[in-house]
Amino acid sequence: MSAAAPVAVAAARPVRWRRPRTLTIWRWELRKLVSQKRTYLGLAIGVVFPLIFVLAENLRHHHGGGDNIFFSEITQSGLATPVITLLLESAFLLPLAASLVAGDIVATEDGNGTLKMILTRSVDRGQVFAAKVLAAMTYATLAVFLSALTATVAGVAVWGFRHVVTFSGSVVSAPRGLLLVFAANACFLIPLLAVVSIGVLLSAATRNSAAAVVGTLAVTLLLALVTVIPGLEGARPYLLTTEYNNWHGLLRTPTDWAPIWHSLWVCALYAGPALAAAYLVFLRRDVAGG
Amino acid sequence: MSGEAPPVQASGLVKRYGQIVAVDHVDLSVHAGDVYGFLGPNGAGKTTTLRMALGLIAPTEGSVQLFGRDPMREGARALQGVAGFVEAPRFYPYLSGRKNLELLAALDGADARERIDEVLTIVELAPRAGQKVGGYSHGMRQRLGIAAALLRSPRLLILDEPATGLDPAGMRDMRLLIRRLAGEGITVLLSSHQLPEVQELCDRVAIVDAGRVVYEGALADLRRQGGAGYLLHTTDDQRALSVARAQPGIARVAAGERGLRFEAEERSVGALSLALAGAGVGIVALMPELATLEDLFFRLTEGGNGATPPSDEGELPVARGGERGFEEANAR
Repeated sequence: MSAAAPVAVAAARPVRWRRPRTLTIWRWELRKLVSQKRTYLGLAIGVVFPLIFVLAENLRHHHGGGDNIFFSEITQSGLATPVITLLLESAFLLPLAASLVAGDIVATEDGNGTLKMILTRSVDRGQVFAAKVLAAMTYATLAVFLSALTATVAGVAVWGFRHVVTFSGSVVSAPRGLLLVFAANACFLIPLLAVVSIGVLLSAATRNSAAAVVGTLAVTLLLALVTVIPGLEGARPYLLTTEYNNWHGLLRTPTDWAPIWHSLWVCALYAGPALAAAYLVFLRRDVAGG
Repeated sequence: MSGEAPPVQASGLVKRYGQIVAVDHVDLSVHAGDVYGFLGPNGAGKTTTLRMALGLIAPTEGSVQLFGRDPMREGARALQGVAGFVEAPRFYPYLSGRKNLELLAALDGADARERIDEVLTIVELAPRAGQKVGGYSHGMRQRLGIAAALLRSPRLLILDEPATGLDPAGMRDMRLLIRRLAGEGITVLLSSHQLPEVQELCDRVAIVDAGRVVYEGALADLRRQGGAGYLLHTTDDQRALSVARAQPGIARVAAGERGLRFEAEERSVGALSLALAGAGVGIVALMPELATLEDLFFRLTEGGNGATPPSDEGELPVARGGERGFEEANAR
């Protein structure tokens, strides 16, 4: 260490205190995510699955089947592919991708001791919390749209950019179909961001990355199980997992907005308390890790 | 208000974990310009106290104020002008040293980012700044921790065992750096196990044991309190021995290879010097026998259940095992 180096410039110089903006912290949260290999695992799920799906369907000789009209349309329009992959990924894979970061984002910092480093700078705990929540949500959004983009490009490349038939049997043009595909993915974000909120809560509360990731998935799977228990049908409209299908209304003519409005407040009932609890835990916790 | 407030003022600080009292009514007062040593055996509550000072954990009772601001109430604003690290500094292993500092500078705001090159130079990490921290040695991480602290242009630097794990050269450099920082007017609160380091660097100390402060004050005062012994070297030690033994107020006179040792109050020492002169014995050297910090530390903390704080008269409890090495004490 350079004991002889000039220290005066670095030390004891009065500095006017200015709190950094939360968006600055959020940007650094994203940079940290970009620098971690594990981040790419969740994104890879969203990219690889549509590619495998398109490859498998392209190799199959018989297409169609199932209750969903889009299955029978796979070879008719490439725009059917992102709809089907969203349907297939929404139950498990996309919640898994979202959980990987949401469950990790507080717990890992706590375990590594880096939380104490950032909490002794010029930022308040609330700002750090907000930035972490925003980063986890940004990641989930990126995973969903990256998957949609991959599925769309792969589907269109193989089966063409053609008109598509909706759930109600009406035909929509290819450009409108493309818009609906991405709108459907945007609607799916509503329940997915509630999953992220649960993940952040478990991450803050358990201080254990693996427990938080697995716990988040376990919560969503348990909610899905509730839907098949006889006698609990009445609870179904209020389950987070039911809202995974909220986007179906967009692919009807005329557009059925009711499921989307319904999912907004149902998901808020999950996300709001989870985030509030996570915030309180994060704000009041003793940072003694690392 | 906060301009005149002391850098650190802890009042009645308590931290309990269930039935365990980690910090027990600790009062500390670090004055501006102090290099303040915070000493204690492992588990004495030093790190817990520092965590409370930085607002990382909430006190069960009491409060800490930094320049008049309470981190638990005012959050980041209370840490204005304060920097440091508790336990080992931790960084993101997947980011380079420079990226870590850029991140921390972004969280500091102001002009911290502009000082990254400067602080990297100070801690001699500039050539390795582009490498990921995951590949850094312990010493390099310690130095990066200092660099991260300097980014904030601190008026108060809180360092928890900064020399731990460093090689002798690294420890020497760390001491020199701390001395230079103190010379620049930075108040330093230094928690350390390195007693010679504290003795060399610090002007005031607090010694904690089992969560309680057993001494707080000037290091020089503590060392003076360590004993009322004097060393005397004369032109005729045999004759001086007879004179001293006959002199009122002079006790425990003993002859050694390098002169006499005795215990006395100051006014008796003056009388002895006159008596020696009257007896025709020349005084070559007469000096108070200062206890080392290590001796005092063990007297204060090693009494085990019998350890007591210094009395009003300034006498310390008798050391038990005071000759034992510090490392041995830590290993217990």
